[in-house]
Amino acid sequence: MTPAPGDEARALVASIGRWDGRPLTFMEVCGTHTMAAARAGLRSLLPPKVRLVSGPGCPVCVTPVGYVDHAIALAARPEITLVTFGDLVRVPGSRRDLEAPAPTLARAKARGADVRVAYSPLEALAIARAEPAREVVFLGVGFETTAPTIAAVVIAAAAEGLANVSVLGAHKTMPEAMALLAASSELTIDGFLCPGHVSIVTGPEVYAPLADRFHKPCVIAGFEPVEILRGVDALVRQAAAGRAFVENAYPGAVRAGGNPRARAVQDEVFEPCDASWRGLGVIPGSGLAMRDRFARFDAARRFDVRLPAPREPRGCRCGDVLRGAIDPTECALFGTSCTPDTPDGACMVSGEGSCAARWQNLEIGP
Amino acid sequence: MRVVAIDGATARVESAGVSLSVSLALVDDVAVGDHVIVHAGFAITVLSPEEARETLAIFARLGEA
Repeated sequence: MTPAPGDEARALVASIGRWDGRPLTFMEVCGTHTMAAARAGLRSLLPPKVRLVSGPGCPVCVTPVGYVDHAIALAARPEITLVTFGDLVRVPGSRRDLEAPAPTLARAKARGADVRVAYSPLEALAIARAEPAREVVFLGVGFETTAPTIAAVVIAAAAEGLANVSVLGAHKTMPEAMALLAASSELTIDGFLCPGHVSIVTGPEVYAPLADRFHKPCVIAGFEPVEILRGVDALVRQAAAGRAFVENAYPGAVRAGGNPRARAVQDEVFEPCDASWRGLGVIPGSGLAMRDRFARFDAARRFDVRLPAPREPRGCRCGDVLRGAIDPTECALFGTSCTPDTPDGACMVSGEGSCAARWQNLEIGP
Repeated sequence: MRVVAIDGATARVESAGVSLSVSLALVDDVAVGDHVIVHAGFAITVLSPEEARETLAIFARLGEA
């Protein structure tokens, strides 16, 4: 399906298409941008000298395999009801028996574990209230947009005195990962298309170090194809002018200072910690840990689970894909053993994953 | 999505025939008739009227496509 761009979209495509300087590589770091760009076939509208690569913007994809193992181990306990966003249930954990399919929460559920898919963490609260004999564990995965929602649920549980709900957290914050990629010699990034929803919470200010210290143009964009094109056009203009600053191309939703109330809720429950990202390793200060006074809501502290060392799926290059170092099609598993129906790696599972988006895009055709 | 009713810290929001109950725990100063962006069951921001108009216009165009 080709997009049906209005006059503005056509004008933007033409404007971007006029770029004839050095090749430019821009990175989007937002799963929703990945999906929207793939659906609309946006890459095929860009000229050869403007390349848009996907970075570590899919929360499920950057969550390391050890976390999936931890979740599967919790789900195996008979007293636990595991509540999760849908994408996570099909992400493979460490495969120890090479004769058997990789373990997933979906397979655990098929074998009788109580795993429930939810759209909102509020559903975990409702289940905990309705079923006081169950230990309800929510899988808290996501970036700055999701962390405040989890924090609000923890605050509500504490206020209600709910004793049977907890969170297995793997929250991450984006600017630290972007800084790592900006400084990388593996891939020269000429600018970032910054995530719209994350920026609603953080405000545009968090990207200032990327522009100031690393001289990377940063443009916050919305999610409609025309809004993404506006973002890319703004990036090309900054690069053409040799400038690097933070530009808000999603001004109706993203305001200076972000959403201070959401951040206050988040800060009440969480504090920064080092976090492990699939493909990027441990990035200092890029995660959120539950503060000690909420320790009883931290499933990692509440339940003692022994986990063997994690093992990434053999041959899977999710890590390289997440750094933008390779295109998904360069992975030997892509489209052979690894498809959306039989994913080997997390990037093929989630609709926001680069591999799943690329697959969908190839099926649709350029 | 457009806020059609507010009951304490919860709002009913609607968009294109879909109706949802969302928490207002993460936003200040929401009124009936405002447009909000919803994430995981929470309103995370109130859109400016201009942005709301533009988003609705995009939806309308998608509806025609």
